[in-house]
Amino acid sequence: MKALDFLLAGVGGQGILLASDVLCQMGLAAGYDVKKTDAHGMSQRGGSVVSHVRFGERVLSPVIPTGSADFLLALERLEAARWVGHLAPAGTAVVSDEAIPTLAALSASPRRPDRGGPAYPSLDAITGLLAERAGRLLLVSAGRLATELGNHRVANVVLLGALSTVLDIPVEAWQTALEARVPPRFLDLNQRAFAVGREAGQQRESRGEE
Amino acid sequence: MKRLLLGNEALALGARAAGVTIATGYPGTPSTEILEHFARYPGVSAEWSVNEKVALEVGAGAALGGARTMVTMKHVGLNVAADPFFAAAYTGTNAGLVLICADDPGMDSSQGEQDNRNYAKFAKVPLLEPSDSQECFDMVAVALQLSEEFDTPVVLRTTGRVSHSQSVVEMAEDAFEVSEPGSARRFVPDPTKYVMLPANARRRRLALEERLGRLREYAESSPINHVLWQDRRLGIVADGVAYQYAREAFPEASILKLGMPYPFPNRLVTEFAAGVEMLLVVEELDPFLEEQIRALPPLAGKRIHGKDVLPNIGELSAAVVRARAVEHGLVPGPAPAPVAPAPLPLPPRPPVLCAGCPHRTTFHALSRMYVPPDLAAAPEGTRIPRERVIVTGDIGCYTLGALPPLSAMDTCTCMGASIGTALGMEMAGYRGRVVAVIGDGTFYHSGITGLVDVVAAGAATTVVIMDNNTTAMTGGNVNPGSGLHLDGTPAPRVDLESVCRGVGVRDVVVIDAYDLATVRAEIERALGTDEPTVLIVRGPCQLRVRGPSAEVALVEPATCNGCENCLRIGCPALIRSEGKVVVLPDMCTGCNLCVQVCPQNAISLRARERSQS
Repeated sequence: MKALDFLLAGVGGQGILLASDVLCQMGLAAGYDVKKTDAHGMSQRGGSVVSHVRFGERVLSPVIPTGSADFLLALERLEAARWVGHLAPAGTAVVSDEAIPTLAALSASPRRPDRGGPAYPSLDAITGLLAERAGRLLLVSAGRLATELGNHRVANVVLLGALSTVLDIPVEAWQTALEARVPPRFLDLNQRAFAVGREAGQQRESRGEE
Repeated sequence: MKRLLLGNEALALGARAAGVTIATGYPGTPSTEILEHFARYPGVSAEWSVNEKVALEVGAGAALGGARTMVTMKHVGLNVAADPFFAAAYTGTNAGLVLICADDPGMDSSQGEQDNRNYAKFAKVPLLEPSDSQECFDMVAVALQLSEEFDTPVVLRTTGRVSHSQSVVEMAEDAFEVSEPGSARRFVPDPTKYVMLPANARRRRLALEERLGRLREYAESSPINHVLWQDRRLGIVADGVAYQYAREAFPEASILKLGMPYPFPNRLVTEFAAGVEMLLVVEELDPFLEEQIRALPPLAGKRIHGKDVLPNIGELSAAVVRARAVEHGLVPGPAPAPVAPAPLPLPPRPPVLCAGCPHRTTFHALSRMYVPPDLAAAPEGTRIPRERVIVTGDIGCYTLGALPPLSAMDTCTCMGASIGTALGMEMAGYRGRVVAVIGDGTFYHSGITGLVDVVAAGAATTVVIMDNNTTAMTGGNVNPGSGLHLDGTPAPRVDLESVCRGVGVRDVVVIDAYDLATVRAEIERALGTDEPTVLIVRGPCQLRVRGPSAEVALVEPATCNGCENCLRIGCPALIRSEGKVVVLPDMCTGCNLCVQVCPQNAISLRARERSQS
């Protein structure tokens, strides 16, 4: 049983905690020992958040050693760029192309480019960086697909669906996990979100877009 | 039964399985979820106290009254509760009393990091340290059993990493059927034990020392401290989550795990040390174990490493422990490679006050409020620089008001300090130039006493209480002003205005948190008066407001000249677009603050379109 490390990144409020909960439950259903650790408290106020999920025969530290994550699952593209360095050289990045702006007042204004920090990078700049750093990149329009399903909040589960296509784990384990972690009245929506994400992942894989 | 549990949830379940019926505490990251989970179980009583001191006093009283009791707080909370903590060590507890405190190495959500293992040694009470959720579950029962067997409070210390990690917990199917009948340990009056007059305290001081000796014998022989013999060239001594890091970093080494590091098991450690060539003590923060190991006379001359190799600041990790050991030649390389920085400059994403946060108005007003120049103090003909008012801040979400672009806080130290600090600065000559800013939860916690001193000192301090009716930072916990119990049922409400008037403040004004002009005018007025003023700036926490607002702000592109004045309120719903500013309708709450600061009158509120909700 090969040990697997997943780093989940996004912006506070995007549903990272639910995504990592479902992922953990999937690992248990697939027969792994599982640990996860994530940020609570102050960092959740719209800040950059990250969650570590580890599968293995027996997991000791809940923290993924730097530079050795097998998978990076990012719900926001700037956060993908921020955390991609934690990926192992042959690691896979599954990234939502969604952009959530950072606080405008902290970035340099076009009027005063000398004052303030760097601006939000372009999609091309971020994709270039991710493609260079990740062994494999799966870019998914998780936000748009979730909105088309009628609820933007399920973008996290859309992305899990995409992740499922690059993992050698039976899809039944995912279904068990969704049933265990998602409240019954949202289960159908989340199952559809998972299916849509899985489809998007499979299309990308078959077209060889990496 | 096997479940994946957060450390804090495992602690709550462990307490329930061990027959705890009463729990108190004060919310604080990383401890908050323990009591939140516990409050959901049937047949228990769980309540947030006004502060940690009261929580521990109530908890100690409940234990005296015969109930198994748990008290929870974050590391700095024990500073507040130190007085009843030391006292409970003297009196003993009758029924079991476990004090769970969660340290925050790395200061993820705290004003400082401190190693609360020192408190156990300081107060001479036993200390337990879990390293994962299973041990969280199991150790609460051990703590309560020790507490009752030795008649002492027991400290169960976690760290953020243990509290906020999930791992698998196995528990018996009937784990929750055992329950200690509360009546078994009725309170038996005994002034020599419970009334700490000096004559009684001197006797209890001897009992304390005798108890510590018996507890040390327990620590020597209990399986809670145990050795895993492997390769004997390197021997690790570790506690808490550092044990997990050490095992991952040195899978071959022998390891002594200390689940109960105080009282220190001197013989066990000496025997372990004799069996290995070299010792490495792996612990976060202070050299708590290391100092006790180095003080053991039989180990003089032994090769011992600890803080000479490992950092005493922040969290450890398996990678850091391994890398440092390789660097110092303790084990052969290679060391793990550090993460290379991104080749692209990335904008930071710090936590921010939410869109529509009622605190934003006050900070925006204060960030550009200047005191009248002191003309008499300057020599004639010199230009006097403008001075911004000084803002003494406090602890809560609103501490984010210190960050750019608001940058409207000059001090923030500990819970409740804003008012005392403002009074002190006033005494030092800053009368009329200082504003204390404090949230409602923090005011109840320990701001009230500062306000009493303001009145008693005859001072003219200006205090702004930002009242969002919740303790928001820790996830929206109830406080005495919320009118709710922890379980959500209605509770008597402590009235903020009445408290302020009751302690003798005559000038108490309630202001709508979204009325910038009035907030500004009232603070300026208060600074000019000769008596204390409390301005209650009231508005709801946006995390508790359900559903989208009826209205959203809209920037008229033809009128917007791109001056970016509105961006200075630091609202995440405002972004730049093609040289102008636009509002993100999904995020906007229609709070109206950007409308009030736009010099061009380019922003107005409009009905929210259906597709935006």
